[in-house]
Amino acid sequence: MSGHVVPVRTYVLIFLALMVGTALTVGAAFVDLGRLNTVVALAIAVCKMLLVILFFMHVRHSSQLMKIVVASGFLWLVILISITVSDYLTRSWIPDPEGWGPSTAITLPSQQSSTAKTAVVAEAPASAAAQ
Amino acid sequence: MHYPRIESHVHYLNVNYGIRSWLFTTDHKRIGLLYLASVTFMFLVGGLAAVLMRLQLVEPQGTLLEPDTFNKMFSTHGIVMIFFFLIPAIPAVLGNFLVPMMIGARDLAFPRINLLSWYVYLVGAILTLIAILNGGVDTGWTFYTPYSSTYSNSNVLLVGIAAFITGFSSILTGLNFIVTIHKMRAPGLTWSRLPLFIWAHYATSLIMLLGTPVLAITLVLLALERILHAGIFDPKLGGDPLLFQHLFWFYSHPAVYIMILPAMGVVSELITCFSRKRIFGYKVVAFSSLAIAVLGFLVWGHHMFVTGQSVYAGLIFSALSFLVAIPSAIKVFNWTATLYKGSISHDAPMLYALGFIGLFTMGGLTGLFLASLATDVHLNGTYFIVAHFHYIMVGGTIMAYLGGIHFWWPKISGRLYPDKWARFAALVIFIGFNLTFFPQFLLGYLGMPRRYAFYPQEFQVLNVLSSAGASVLGVGYAIPLIYLIWSLRYGPPAGPNPWGAKGLEWQTPSPPPTENFEETPIVTEEAYAYASEDHELV
Repeated sequence: MSGHVVPVRTYVLIFLALMVGTALTVGAAFVDLGRLNTVVALAIAVCKMLLVILFFMHVRHSSQLMKIVVASGFLWLVILISITVSDYLTRSWIPDPEGWGPSTAITLPSQQSSTAKTAVVAEAPASAAAQ
Repeated sequence: MHYPRIESHVHYLNVNYGIRSWLFTTDHKRIGLLYLASVTFMFLVGGLAAVLMRLQLVEPQGTLLEPDTFNKMFSTHGIVMIFFFLIPAIPAVLGNFLVPMMIGARDLAFPRINLLSWYVYLVGAILTLIAILNGGVDTGWTFYTPYSSTYSNSNVLLVGIAAFITGFSSILTGLNFIVTIHKMRAPGLTWSRLPLFIWAHYATSLIMLLGTPVLAITLVLLALERILHAGIFDPKLGGDPLLFQHLFWFYSHPAVYIMILPAMGVVSELITCFSRKRIFGYKVVAFSSLAIAVLGFLVWGHHMFVTGQSVYAGLIFSALSFLVAIPSAIKVFNWTATLYKGSISHDAPMLYALGFIGLFTMGGLTGLFLASLATDVHLNGTYFIVAHFHYIMVGGTIMAYLGGIHFWWPKISGRLYPDKWARFAALVIFIGFNLTFFPQFLLGYLGMPRRYAFYPQEFQVLNVLSSAGASVLGVGYAIPLIYLIWSLRYGPPAGPNPWGAKGLEWQTPSPPPTENFEETPIVTEEAYAYASEDHELV
């Protein structure tokens, strides 16, 4: 569509690069890199994906509009993953304020009365201000 | 009175005849009609399931359906109505017919892909019908895990495959619209002159392209877990059941906007035409469509407030859900402002548009109850939700769809329908709709859960009201079906522009020729330039 003619040589080189990437992925699978296992596999996969998109799918020589379309696809993937992960990362952050635990149940009678008084005192100026 | 057949000019309906000329057509107008027939049939299937449910719920201990069958009925109703009626209804029928005509093009950018999308839809629909006839599915339209992945013995896989396939029909239509709107606008038709119907369809297409693949991936993951026991959603295998809901709603909440945005586009056309006014705040209405499309992707977690989702994520999702109400409200206020001091006429399409504004507003505002974290705890999973989304989808989308069908029917068929019957039907639908769904708000508030085949005695009056309303609604839907088919043969010829409407589609004969326009039109004025002809109204 852009009218840019890519030489066959480029396609062959990209194909070879993809093959090398595949070989690297397979090779890396035999080496235990600990926590880096996934990182390395994903990094190789991302490189291969970029090569396919930029060259085989002609995005490198396409119009700005086409690049925006492709970029927005990735942006949406980022939205999907980041907001979903925000749930998983913060699920355990549920606050555990003092006074909720079982230990306070023992001292509850005296604490309760003093807390209630404080609450009444605290509420009074607020309601006065509202009036 | 019997009017002569419309043979005065060659148009898309009489250019050739025979079943092959329809099944192999690449004419966007004919494909629109193929979709019209298909979605109407699926609407009847989904409607039948609703009828059986409402009959069951007339009595607290209804004996019409077994509880298992009841589960299958609400699942069928949801799956058929959402995937096979509401999502394709306006884009694939009215959008297919009108997008090229409104921008002065001869067809969509990819006519064969357009036909392919209908066949893909057809395959999905047939698979769903086979699944229904073969015992049905009982997971609800949401396919929640672990029920769908582990426990359900019904046809989950087949319906999942059907939804997966039908999604591609949506993707193809969205792709076609985006390319067409970018590349094939008539000379002079700048972005700021586009009809709001086109803006709405552009925004809808963005959602179709960006969201639908996620549904496809989710259904594939579901199948992998069901068949191969891959640990994705099952905690025993290292998965997380909530992950399914995240992925599912990432598509399915924006899917609500796939259903409502085109409806808003239709309403903008109707309100301007029948109040003889320019739209109030064109740019704001246009950009609010895009804002809805983008913000609609950020709110999915409000379906999950009570599922064990992080409370912090819940807070953010709640705030964002309030935010997405703003562009919708902007549209409602701007339509109302457009009506102000307009020369309003109450033709049938306008009655539907006015009905839309009221019902959509109620649906939208009750959505805010559900977007609030605290009230959602009480209302989630009750009939309040059922009422809320029916006010959006039936009160909103179907009202606008019927308004659009009535508005463009003279263009589609070349015939006029009996106006009095049309107004009567609009009234019956409005009354029937409210009678059906308003009691459900009360039922939900009182605590009646959704998806139950039985209920306590105290809820019977409201349930009977709702079922009675459903029968009125059914009659309301049957009337247009009858007189629209009647009008195909007996209706008086419409002429090119029976409403005196603006827009390129009205500047060509009715029915339009295959190429839409004899000469490519040149656009010299903005959309809805009604005031330039009529006296200055504001």
